[in-house]
Amino acid sequence: MKGARWLVTAVPLAWLGVFFLLPFLVVVAMSVAPPAAPGHSPLPAPSGLLREWATNGLDWRNYAALFRDSLYFDAYLNSLLFAGVSTFACLLLGYPIAYGIARARPAQRAMLLMLVVLPFWTSSLLRNYALIGILKGNGLLNQVLMGLGLVDSPVEILHTDLAVYIGIVYGYLPFMVLPLAASLMRLDFTLLEAAADLGARPLEAFWRVTWPLSRPGVVAGSLLVFVPALGEFVIPDLLGGPRALTIGRVIWTEFFSNRDWARAAAVAVGALVVVAVPLLLFERRGGRKEAAT
Amino acid sequence: MSAARRPWPLLAAMAVGYAFLYIPLVCVVAYSFNASRLVTVWGGFSTKWYGALFANQPILDAAQRSFAIAAAAATVSVFIGTLTALALSQLPPPRGRGLLSLLVAAPLVMPEVILGLSALLLFVGMQQAVGWPAGRGMLTIGIAHVTLCACYATVVVRARLSQLDPSLTEAAMDLGARPLSVFMRVTLPLIAPALVAAWLLAFTLSLDDLVVASFTSGPGSSTLPMLIYSKVKLGVTPEMNALATIVIGVVVAFVGLAYWLLFQRGGAASQDSVATNVRPGAGSK
Repeated sequence: MKGARWLVTAVPLAWLGVFFLLPFLVVVAMSVAPPAAPGHSPLPAPSGLLREWATNGLDWRNYAALFRDSLYFDAYLNSLLFAGVSTFACLLLGYPIAYGIARARPAQRAMLLMLVVLPFWTSSLLRNYALIGILKGNGLLNQVLMGLGLVDSPVEILHTDLAVYIGIVYGYLPFMVLPLAASLMRLDFTLLEAAADLGARPLEAFWRVTWPLSRPGVVAGSLLVFVPALGEFVIPDLLGGPRALTIGRVIWTEFFSNRDWARAAAVAVGALVVVAVPLLLFERRGGRKEAAT
Repeated sequence: MSAARRPWPLLAAMAVGYAFLYIPLVCVVAYSFNASRLVTVWGGFSTKWYGALFANQPILDAAQRSFAIAAAAATVSVFIGTLTALALSQLPPPRGRGLLSLLVAAPLVMPEVILGLSALLLFVGMQQAVGWPAGRGMLTIGIAHVTLCACYATVVVRARLSQLDPSLTEAAMDLGARPLSVFMRVTLPLIAPALVAAWLLAFTLSLDDLVVASFTSGPGSSTLPMLIYSKVKLGVTPEMNALATIVIGVVVAFVGLAYWLLFQRGGAASQDSVATNVRPGAGSK
């Protein structure tokens, strides 16, 4: 039976090794490969690549380009900004929903949770398409704004940064609400009554009791929104303007339009560093919090 | 009780949140029955866009392809995800567990664009080196989807495994059952609901994926999201409203059924189980 036990680990390890770890190493190798000559296969043969490295050393030109051309720096910065602001907006919008769910009666609670999750199961692409219909020049939002007399002529919302923020919040709100609701449901609401008995006003009780106790949910929800939003391609591409460059869009363009695979690989490795740094910071902070409690 | 517990600003904020989530969906459904091609003008009730959708052979072909890939990828993902979850919860820890837990977590935080790019570089490299896979198509999309979806399946199955009472499997072992039969007769029935949930999650993720599929597809193997993407890029097309409405309808039916099975038919029992997850004091008063 030792064999079967070993297989349980070996099968997934083999699959992920071949189809995840190996390709990842190929990307890293590709990022220090010389750019392909026009007309040649964009992927160099391993033997030729090894010979190239043996004679000329690793080729750092792809990384040098990341620093030379401000386009890449802007893309990294834009991605961080889009993801960061959207995460905060998700928290602002999601917290009251999660709080309301946690304080609902159990039967109601299941229904409210289901309604938060339901949009996630539909296609994200079609949901972005639905947003386009609302945000565009003669869409519902502009009709409402004009009907209310707030603006005289349609405001341009689609293909602006605002549309990207709306899109990310719309797409990722369920990922914020679920962990928040889970941590708020575990909260003992008699603590708030105790705080009130001791003379705390509702806002003070919230700030000093509810908020600190819900922080694990806040951290989990923020991570679940921030990390995928960083690498998001579809939302900035469909809703944002041509200048709403993000990591995802740059890699996509380098690959599909410029067909510069080595450059795309270098951008990808740079992107992983950008993703990994906030993750590690989150984890260290989370670890210290847990140690403190 | 809820009126006192939930002041009106909270209820208003909740209403805004739910409205934000649902107004776009409601609009799409409404527009799909609009006779006018112009989305902003109501030209009367019509189902002609559904007719146009079902007469669109490329969309039907792509949908069929996407369903086949998603079903296959979800099945393999659940198999690999279950093995991974078992390996990660086995005691004593098997050799290679550290590497496995790293490899299964990394795709969850890695941008899809990079997953797609790296999978494609691998497939092209393998084709040059060993001649397999010959070209790209449904097989390569499926393999790339399994790699991503298996990690999500692992999370779902692992969560369920961690809730199991270890004394159940210990008891079976004490009674002389061998590990495989313990798994088939004790563990598997207990984690079956999680396997269904993991399969549905993997299926949805695969069916919905644009980015990884775009990198790993070949000529003539466009999936439904790839087709939708190219159509949406060109502008708003009314057939897409009809397609979105069908998707929303199917999801509402499925989620509604699941909700009914879990919370209505089971009645008081399952509601109690919800209530017991909450500390005393949070309940009714």
